[in-house]
Amino acid sequence: MKNALIIEDLHVQTVEGKQILNGVSLTIKKGEIHAIMGPNGGGKSTLSAALMGHPGYVITKGKVIVNGVDITKFSPDQKARAGLFLGFQYPVEIAGVNFSSFLRMAMNERKKEGEKKISPIAFKNKLVDEAKTLSFRDDITKRALNEGFSGGEKKKAEILQLAMLKPEFAILDEPDSGLDVDALKYIANKINDLDYEFGLILITHYQRILKYIKPHFVHVLVKGKIVKSGNAKLAQLIEQSGYEKYI
Amino acid sequence: MTNNTQPIIKDNYKFGFHMPEKPVFKTPKGLSPKVVEAISHFKNEPKWMTEFRLKALGFFYEKPLPTWGADLSGIDFDNMYYYISPTEKKFHTWDKVPTEIKTTYDRIGIPQAERKFLAGVGAQYDSEVVYHNLKKQWEKQGVIFVDTDTAVQKYPDLVRQYFGTIIPPHDNKFAALNSAVWSGGSFVYVPKGVHVEIPLQAYFRINAANMGQFERTLIIADEGSYVHYVEGCTAPIYTTDSLHSAVVEIIVKKGARVRYSTIQNWSSNVYNLVTKRMRVEEEGIGEWIDGNLGSKVTMKYPSVYLVGKGAKGEVLSLAFAGKDQHQDTGGKAIHLAPYTTSTITSKSVSTHGGRCSYRGMVRIANGAKGSKSFVRCDALLLDELSRSDTYPTNIVNEEDVTLGHEASVSKVGVDQLFYLMSRGLTEAQATSLVVNGFIEPIVKELPLEYAVELNRLIDLSMEGSVG
Repeated sequence: MKNALIIEDLHVQTVEGKQILNGVSLTIKKGEIHAIMGPNGGGKSTLSAALMGHPGYVITKGKVIVNGVDITKFSPDQKARAGLFLGFQYPVEIAGVNFSSFLRMAMNERKKEGEKKISPIAFKNKLVDEAKTLSFRDDITKRALNEGFSGGEKKKAEILQLAMLKPEFAILDEPDSGLDVDALKYIANKINDLDYEFGLILITHYQRILKYIKPHFVHVLVKGKIVKSGNAKLAQLIEQSGYEKYI
Repeated sequence: MTNNTQPIIKDNYKFGFHMPEKPVFKTPKGLSPKVVEAISHFKNEPKWMTEFRLKALGFFYEKPLPTWGADLSGIDFDNMYYYISPTEKKFHTWDKVPTEIKTTYDRIGIPQAERKFLAGVGAQYDSEVVYHNLKKQWEKQGVIFVDTDTAVQKYPDLVRQYFGTIIPPHDNKFAALNSAVWSGGSFVYVPKGVHVEIPLQAYFRINAANMGQFERTLIIADEGSYVHYVEGCTAPIYTTDSLHSAVVEIIVKKGARVRYSTIQNWSSNVYNLVTKRMRVEEEGIGEWIDGNLGSKVTMKYPSVYLVGKGAKGEVLSLAFAGKDQHQDTGGKAIHLAPYTTSTITSKSVSTHGGRCSYRGMVRIANGAKGSKSFVRCDALLLDELSRSDTYPTNIVNEEDVTLGHEASVSKVGVDQLFYLMSRGLTEAQATSLVVNGFIEPIVKELPLEYAVELNRLIDLSMEGSVG
């Protein structure tokens, strides 16, 4: 199917052999927002890591299909070029690598063959503008990749990368954890303001972010399976009564 | 100069793709007092230098090979040429440099800086400096920048006063060897209070198989002066072992500052055994920036001897070891006066089973009160086959001092690579970003062209290394 990310009966274990996901199926069309909620250890982060191809996880069964292309066995960079993006819960710091040069390199790598590369000046202007809307205090172009970033800045920097790279499908792994109310608003507003159609998987513990970003679907992931799906009201229900009845 | 010095071997030979050489004088293989005398005679040197060389040869015979550090058992001292002179003439303008030499430099990609600052470049082809020119403004300021052979002829008193005073021939076996058969290298004298704004640059390279290169550099920065000396090396691949054994002596007088930057990229069969030392007087600053890529074995520990009150020394050492390579590098800081400070920063990258060893020494003598020293060494391993070791030595004979040491060994993390690749970079691109980021604190201290060249070299080595 065009314009969709299809996850088909996904079974995932760690390289050490521990089974985490036991058959997850989801279809995310462009323009849709799917929230995935669930208790700790339910497999939320494993789902995001496995979708992007983290070498610590093995897909033992099932498929991941983007726009009709089976990308299950692709390497992370191939998946990125196929249109996938992962916003990390804990972005790593990479010393000495300039944020701006890295992002421009990534942007150019994702261009299809024959597509024109962005000029350094146009890129810089765009980056500075986008950073402003996320309220970055220091000049982002002079900073190293996540190095010395505060917890909130790291999270904002993930969304900044999303805004610059404009992937067709984004998985955001707990973009709200550890954020104060102001930072949460900046992040949510930025995601809402993205001016193109993309599919979004929003992994979260709390309903808080869903006040700002309205999901079309909410799924509850428990013990490696989606045990309940519904609309935005499901999130409110969980907020009131917890996950216990799904366990 | 005469051509009837014995022995003369005239032969035009070719080594692989290299430019044909036209040596006019070449000693036979191996070492002997005769060979040393022949070199000195051919260069028409004063008697004291001939004697200096012969005495040094005695020390060379006496001294054992170092039993610590890297494996040097593969060096065959008898199967090596100790002197070849490619041209008799010295060129004062770029136009007159032979085309074949220019072509060779083109191929090894000498930075544009050489063309940009032509007037200040000394480029060494084999053992001889063939091109030398001095910027007019420096001449007016009294700055001397010539090859050391010329300096012996033109400034014998100045050379004799300082030559071998910082690194005496008996210091170690390779300093003795260099002292006996040295050729080429740079001589720099900066008069009192003179600031040389544009870095002085020289380019060395080994060109003949089995050809040892023994350049000798002497820099004297008189009181309150400043100079930045930049030297870079690249060498193509040869089939037989080669030896590079240089000596660099630097005198930083009261209130002066000298920075010496090197990037060396010897081919993977070269033994690179270099002694570098600075003597820093009161309130002076001495800085080494030393990058070692390539070679089979490198042993190099740039040293700062802080002899005057408030003197500062800094060593930035960078090593990159690939397959079958051992980089045994680091730095030494010897505090001999009060309130002296030193910093040694070492970064090493090992890949494909390569080995990097940090070897360093900080010595604070009795009476050097209020002195401070900080050593930091970081190692990055790119695979399970590669190796990194640390051999720090601290000798402190004074109570009122501050001494710090930090060391880290890291591997290119799975999570770092995954993060970068998740944005669309290939594994090779991601690895090279991490490596370049790791060495960035040292690279940013290099002149731009060298930094660019270094990043390119690392990209190239990554391309070959990852899937």
